Amino acid sequence: MSWLLNSSIGRKLIMSVSGFFLVFFLIFHATMNMVAVFSEDAYNTICGLLGANWYAVAGTAVLGGFVAIHFIYALLLTLQNRKARGNANYAVSVRPSGVEWASQNMFVLGIIIVGFMLLHFSQFWYKMMFTELMGHHEVALGTSTVSPKDGAEFVKFYFSHLWVVVAYLIWYVALWFHLSHGIWSAFQTIGTSGKIWLSRWKVIGNIFATVVMLAFAFVTIYFYARSVIDPSTVAMYY
Amino acid sequence: MDKTINIKLKIWRQKGPKYQGAFKDYSLDGVSVDTSFLEMLDILNETLINKGEEPVVFDHDCREGICGMCSLYVNGHPHGPDEDVTTCQLHMRKFKDGETITVEPWRSAGFPVIRDLMVDRRAFDKIIQAGGYVSVNTGGVPDANAIAIPKPIADEAMDAASCIGCGACVAACKNGSAMLFLSAKVSQLALLPQGKVEAATRAKNMVAKMDELGFGACTNTGACEVECPKSISISNIARLNREFLKAKFND
Ligand code: HEM
Ligand code: SF4
Ligand code: FES
Repeated sequence: MSWLLNSSIGRKLIMSVSGFFLVFFLIFHATMNMVAVFSEDAYNTICGLLGANWYAVAGTAVLGGFVAIHFIYALLLTLQNRKARGNANYAVSVRPSGVEWASQNMFVLGIIIVGFMLLHFSQFWYKMMFTELMGHHEVALGTSTVSPKDGAEFVKFYFSHLWVVVAYLIWYVALWFHLSHGIWSAFQTIGTSGKIWLSRWKVIGNIFATVVMLAFAFVTIYFYARSVIDPSTVAMYY
Repeated sequence: MDKTINIKLKIWRQKGPKYQGAFKDYSLDGVSVDTSFLEMLDILNETLINKGEEPVVFDHDCREGICGMCSLYVNGHPHGPDEDVTTCQLHMRKFKDGETITVEPWRSAGFPVIRDLMVDRRAFDKIIQAGGYVSVNTGGVPDANAIAIPKPIADEAMDAASCIGCGACVAACKNGSAMLFLSAKVSQLALLPQGKVEAATRAKNMVAKMDELGFGACTNTGACEVECPKSISISNIARLNREFLKAKFND
């Protein structure tokens, strides 16, 4: 199986499979977030089920592993491709019509995504799962103290801050661009694409990316709107 | 009388692979819009020779879009601004009077400049060689219709076979990837029963050669398909991936 690591198509397969995995995780995450809109209790039940239980920790580790693999191979392939391209640049270069902007900027988009991921982890994961792993049952959130299992409280707290909302929306836009190209590209890489399916995957990928990102954006905006309309729902103002 | 235009040219001049190249400006007046782009360069070269200067070196052969020798990156496009034609099929009517036309060689680590606008594309020959042969039964000449091939498949194979190996796909690619070329060469045979016998080794060997020669990995930007003079579809790249992965998983 050394071809997987040594050949260009093998490395692309790694990109594709790790990308697919992350996409499936996004579906799960977006669905879970939507639950919070309908019932905070139900959302907290899910948070409780995950918490710092071994399977949630294992899942997080696997997820982290896939992000790392995706990132490392993105870096590796991008550097390799720059070398293949050579140092001489064209004096005149135009992006041919029909070439998506995202497709030529996947690495930049990835860096943006990672940046916001770090922000996201410091706000949620660090104060939730990590706190529990450290054996604490309370964590400071703004001016109040909450249980690290109380996911809804975190959501309400962070999404009551305008800058957080704006930052997350930028993140979703970057993700949307990454996925608008990434999904069909992943299908192309594993070879499940032909004259007809190529355009179908593009449409499916775009619809999918749009639906998932709208779900994330909806939850974010919904909680911000709620905090504006009724500030008393947010812990910090209790 | 022919309609004529006056143009300015910005042409890449480079003495040899190891020399530093630079753009040089020329102007050419009274160019008939009916001349082809290469004829225009011939006219320029004639004036240069008459002045005792070195003519501009560029590749060409058939001048009818079938050999794949002509290259030239004209105004930001391999094979120039016209669609689905090679540089030799490009005409001066595509340019405006007074326009500055920038002419560059293919730029990719896999295609080093030999001189001026001429690049070394032998890497493609090496990839073709790595693909090997096709097994055929020799002996009596078989009837052409002995092996029935469905029309859509025959058409797709023929479309792939229209690749002339010019290298515009590599020149257009921000990753310096040769995947469109490879995918055409693998597809034209993989689609047909005669090519199936060696399909697995062909895909593996050609990809290995491509990687060895330092071409980049495809990120499916699709720039190659847009700039390819023969409109080779990137759906062939999916087939190449499929053929390669299938071959490797079956090992
Ligand atoms: C939630 C996070 C992410 C998801 C869901 C995701 C998804 C995907 C998918 C599905 C692909 C297509 C794979 C293929 O072409 O075979 C892809 C490609 C790529 N990703 Fe990501 N990705 C994510 C994060 C990142 C990060 C953090 C980086 C790192 C900088 C990154 C960089 C790239 C690059 C360079 C490509 C290659 C472009 C291509 O081949 O089309 N991605 N991603
Ligand atoms: S695929 Fe198109 S651009 Fe590439 S070598 Fe063949 S004809 Fe030229
Ligand atoms: S010179 Fe033969 S294709 Fe242009």
